[in-house]
Amino acid sequence: MQEAVQFTPYTVASAMGKILWLIPALPIVAAGILALLKQPRRKLASSLAIGSLSISLLLALAAFGDVLAGWASGHAVRETVNFAWLHFGATPMDLGWILDPLSAVMLVMVTLVGLLIFIYSTGYMAQDENYTRFFCFLSLFAGAMLGVVIANSLLLLFMCWEIVGLTSYLLIGFWYQKPSAAAAAKKAFLTTRVGDIFFILGIVWLFAQTGTLLFYNQGAGNMEPLALGGLLAAPAAWGLSAATVIGLLIFAGAAGKSGQLPLHVWLPDAMEGPTPVSALIHAATMVAAGVYLIARVYPLMSAGIIAGGTTTALTVVTWVGASTAVFAALIAVAQNDIKRILAYSTISQLGYMMAGLGLGGVAVGMFHLITHAFFKALLFMGAGSVIHGCHEEQDVRRMGGLWKAMPWTFGTYAVGMLALSGFPLVFSGFWSKDAILESAHKWHAGQGPYFLLVFGALLTAFYMTRQVSYVFFGKYRGHGHAHESPRVMTAPLAILAFFAIALGVVGTPAWPWFRSFLTDRPASFGLTGFSEPGLFILMATSTLVVFLGLALGWALYGNKSPRAEEPDTLERAMPPVWRALSNRLYVDEFYGATFIAFYHWWARVADWLDRRVWGGMVAAVMWFFGLWARFNRFLDEDWVNGGFDKGCEELSVGGGLLARVQSGRVQTYLRLLALAVVVLAAILIWSARG
Amino acid sequence: MNVVFWILAVVTVAGALAAVTLKNTVHCALALTTAFAGLALLFLELDAQFAGFAQILVYIGAVAILVVFAILLTRGSETPDSGVFSRTWFAGLLIAAAVFAVLGWAVLHSTAALPGSEGSAMAPAVTVQQIGNALMSRYVLPLEIVALLLTSAMIGAVIVALHEKGEQPK
Amino acid sequence: MTPLAGYLLVAALVFAIGLAGALTRRNAILVLIGIELMLNAANLNFVAFWRYLPHPEALTGMMFAVFSIAVAAAEAAVGLGLVIAIYRHAHTTDLDEMNRMKG
Repeated sequence: MQEAVQFTPYTVASAMGKILWLIPALPIVAAGILALLKQPRRKLASSLAIGSLSISLLLALAAFGDVLAGWASGHAVRETVNFAWLHFGATPMDLGWILDPLSAVMLVMVTLVGLLIFIYSTGYMAQDENYTRFFCFLSLFAGAMLGVVIANSLLLLFMCWEIVGLTSYLLIGFWYQKPSAAAAAKKAFLTTRVGDIFFILGIVWLFAQTGTLLFYNQGAGNMEPLALGGLLAAPAAWGLSAATVIGLLIFAGAAGKSGQLPLHVWLPDAMEGPTPVSALIHAATMVAAGVYLIARVYPLMSAGIIAGGTTTALTVVTWVGASTAVFAALIAVAQNDIKRILAYSTISQLGYMMAGLGLGGVAVGMFHLITHAFFKALLFMGAGSVIHGCHEEQDVRRMGGLWKAMPWTFGTYAVGMLALSGFPLVFSGFWSKDAILESAHKWHAGQGPYFLLVFGALLTAFYMTRQVSYVFFGKYRGHGHAHESPRVMTAPLAILAFFAIALGVVGTPAWPWFRSFLTDRPASFGLTGFSEPGLFILMATSTLVVFLGLALGWALYGNKSPRAEEPDTLERAMPPVWRALSNRLYVDEFYGATFIAFYHWWARVADWLDRRVWGGMVAAVMWFFGLWARFNRFLDEDWVNGGFDKGCEELSVGGGLLARVQSGRVQTYLRLLALAVVVLAAILIWSARG
Repeated sequence: MNVVFWILAVVTVAGALAAVTLKNTVHCALALTTAFAGLALLFLELDAQFAGFAQILVYIGAVAILVVFAILLTRGSETPDSGVFSRTWFAGLLIAAAVFAVLGWAVLHSTAALPGSEGSAMAPAVTVQQIGNALMSRYVLPLEIVALLLTSAMIGAVIVALHEKGEQPK
Repeated sequence: MTPLAGYLLVAALVFAIGLAGALTRRNAILVLIGIELMLNAANLNFVAFWRYLPHPEALTGMMFAVFSIAVAAAEAAVGLGLVIAIYRHAHTTDLDEMNRMKG
């Protein structure tokens, strides 16, 4: 079900639109100040970071209100402020920002979740000695992420995108003393780089085709019909249009950032970073940037779509998303690290979002993005709270029975878990996932993604049940005594839990407010939304699947409290499958055996070339110049110097002779004078006679 | 070529010779005065009264006295043990002789060609008034310059010969 | 031998004697005496030329002699002052021992 997005009226930038740049600028400035701050100024550091982001949140809310008011009064808001940044000859490089429903929603989500995680971090990182640095990076990340959100230019978006990648690298490797953290940071950076290369190729191609990188510019932007028509008409290769190929290249960048197959390998390792980082960057915001990017360039992805049909680019997005969803969910089943389970879950959910974009358009994908951001941040922070309470233990098999010791954490975690699993009716995750499933069911190009996604939903419910059973039920198997986390950490959990439930309200079929808002249609409340054909069957199916997953998980793991050394229940049932899953389906090993091995081999070849061939050439040149220099030295010393020395010698001898004349005796001078007179007179007389 | 000239010439040359050859420096100064006087008389013989009296006033009256003062001030009257002539006296003598030879040869070979050199008996009638007029009209600039030179020479001589500050007078 | 030639020869002789004295004597004062003799010989030449060459009414030669006498007086004053100064510095007037101006 594709919606043709219609934004007809372009309003001139309002006051809000003009100061929109402040939203990312404030945290970036805060980061700059924090970078100069001394380590011991902890209180100041956290207040500065939190304060700046709070102002950003207020501004974001004001911007959201602006857009909301415009929407309510019946004309869509899409304010852009563009300006030329550079000129290449006559071609201007434009930057700009945009305020439309999409960016407004993202702004509110990022600032709100970010603020809660900042507050949570003050508790979580309280003991860390690099507290100031942590908040500096965090602020920088928040600013850059907000920059990605408001960018109206692919170039500005890419710049912020790279800063986001940088902060991700810095924060994954925050505890750089741990070799695993340093390695994970490198892995994350390099893997996303693979995607970014395709991304920048797409950007360059798009610029070459349309001459602009602005998304919207009074009809001249590259996401507007004029440019899209040109892109569709331009052929690329294999019968694809330029629009499709550029769309796929940009999607490769998005896949790298959002951990889609086959570039997902960095995301689980990224959990080496501090838990608030995992929550903010690797669950709620940065990884969603890829999804947001696809939503932003959706007009390009869907260019030339026929009603009810699909495009090549969107088909690829759908299939990649659906496969990622199932693939990551499968791996999540066999993981024992509490954060890794959540990481694979995140990859899986990102797959859902991508599939949602491909199947149902911007609204479907974005709705899941927003709901997921809240409940996944909740789960990560809950996991952080658990890790904190269990003395930095991350293995779920060494936990258990925590519901008594950590009631707040347990309660909120349960909300997050049920939202993620898609527990019917009351949780937001149900509605957002349902919208994706509904779109998949209606997809004309085939039912493959639908089945994959339903299977993924089953797995999701199953692995979350397994995790919760391990962590919160049964007997405590860890060391020491588990304790509840401080209020500063649990309060954000409670707020996030509230949103994890409440957000569902705006996306039910009865009141599809969110979808209407993003696609600029009036929203109406009515139970008629449920009367769409097949909707009830679909809801019933997904409910059934979720309950099946929950029941299966509880049956296998509920109240078992197995010891860590014991093999897993599933492992006993199907050892080969388990082994494959717990080894993450050997993707890392596959990469190691292929790409990494190739690079090793290639590095060796390059090394050999460097040493033997290029080194040899350099040595030959060096030898030649050495010879030349020796020849020159010979010339210099024996000829030039010799001549010069000779000249100097002559001069000095002559000087000595003359110096003898200058004896200092006046009478000698007088004598010479008289002699000269005689000689002069003689000459005169001689010449006078002649 | 009268006798007076010859007498004066002999006196002058003898005085000059004595002035450069005598061992006692004070005697040298006296011989020098004699030579100066001979020259002044030769000027008079040449009808140059003004120049002759100027010669007497300046050389005999001032320069000779100065030389004597200088000799006395520097104890130059004591004859050194190493002799009064420098080590290279022979070369000096040779050169002086060469100079005289060139000059004499030039005089003997050129005066014959000069007009009026046969000796006009007519002495030019030059009064001191004429000289004074010439000095104040045609030669006024050289006169002023000489006046300046003499003043600065006097100051300079005083400064050069003055005891330096802090130096013990000998 | 014309009268002019006689005067010129006497002047040349005095000049040569003065030069010989200036070149051979050790004493700086005697060297100065020689130089004075040379100057006087030149003056005698000027006056002799003035007397025997045409246009003596122009007074050129004699004026030159008069100015020369004045300049010589100045020279003698400064020269003797220098000798005294050098003597005070080096405690000698022997020119053979004064070779500080060596190049």
